[in-house]
Amino acid sequence: MEIGLAHYLTVAAILFTLGIFGIFMNRKNVIIIMMSIELMLLAVNINFVAFSSFLGDLVGQVFTIFVLTVAAAEAAIGLAILVVYFRNRGTIAVEDINMMKG
Amino acid sequence: MVVQALAFYLFATIAVLSATAVVTVRNPVHSVLLLILTFFNAAGLFVLLGAEFLAMLLVVVYVGAVAVLFMFVVMMLDINFVEMRQGFLNYLPIGVLIAVVLFVELAFVGAGWTLTDGTVAVLAQPTPVGVNNVEALGQLIYTDYAYIFQSAGLVLLVAMIGAIVLTLRHREGVRRQKISEQIKRTRADTLEVKKVPVGRGI
Repeated sequence: MEIGLAHYLTVAAILFTLGIFGIFMNRKNVIIIMMSIELMLLAVNINFVAFSSFLGDLVGQVFTIFVLTVAAAEAAIGLAILVVYFRNRGTIAVEDINMMKG
Repeated sequence: MVVQALAFYLFATIAVLSATAVVTVRNPVHSVLLLILTFFNAAGLFVLLGAEFLAMLLVVVYVGAVAVLFMFVVMMLDINFVEMRQGFLNYLPIGVLIAVVLFVELAFVGAGWTLTDGTVAVLAQPTPVGVNNVEALGQLIYTDYAYIFQSAGLVLLVAMIGAIVLTLRHREGVRRQKISEQIKRTRADTLEVKKVPVGRGI
């Protein structure tokens, strides 16, 4: 049987949904929330590469490289902020992050 | 063709199952390891799609750098993860509801979308024939996308400096090298010549 574009889009959609689901389920743990964001970015990348491959357009893959770059930067900065926050407050519970009264 | 289909279903199944486990397992360390498994299987999907360079990039950057960074942070911080999971079941109904709604929406978008014949005529960068994936990508990002590629490097530089600035701290009681002061030292600051009388000492 032929594996088409729809198959890859389905996998990407499931992964993206799981990312959203993970954010809602782990409301307290910032680390799991960041991993869920990584999952969502991965789903987006699968979409880009699938379209790039099936349409024969390389720009999708070029764009995926930039998405990977930004995701790596985001993970580095996010984890650094997390470490600093833990050092100051002794916890990483999302509910306790209310210093700015936003 | 059959082998390709089997490989797709293998990679896709393991990716989806391990992604499910990432957000549901109790131990965050297991979570990170399952995230690595997900990335490996996504890399397998990329290989099936003919994007070998991105598959290797995913393994090197995500598994080699980002996931290891997550692992470091999870293991370094002394956090009571059992306490963090309280209320997990309270969020289950709303989480499942939103996930289902989102998935149905995505399915509608996927089902209601078709590729017209005109699409192929307006491709920005058609995949060159007879050139492998790495070479084709290289010819693209170092020419047409050179400025954006440089900007990506700048983003990474800013991220690196930002992470260092955020986490660097000066502890008290640590002897540090102060190079400017060391170089500015003159003989008069440190040396004193004393006349020692014979037989008496100082």
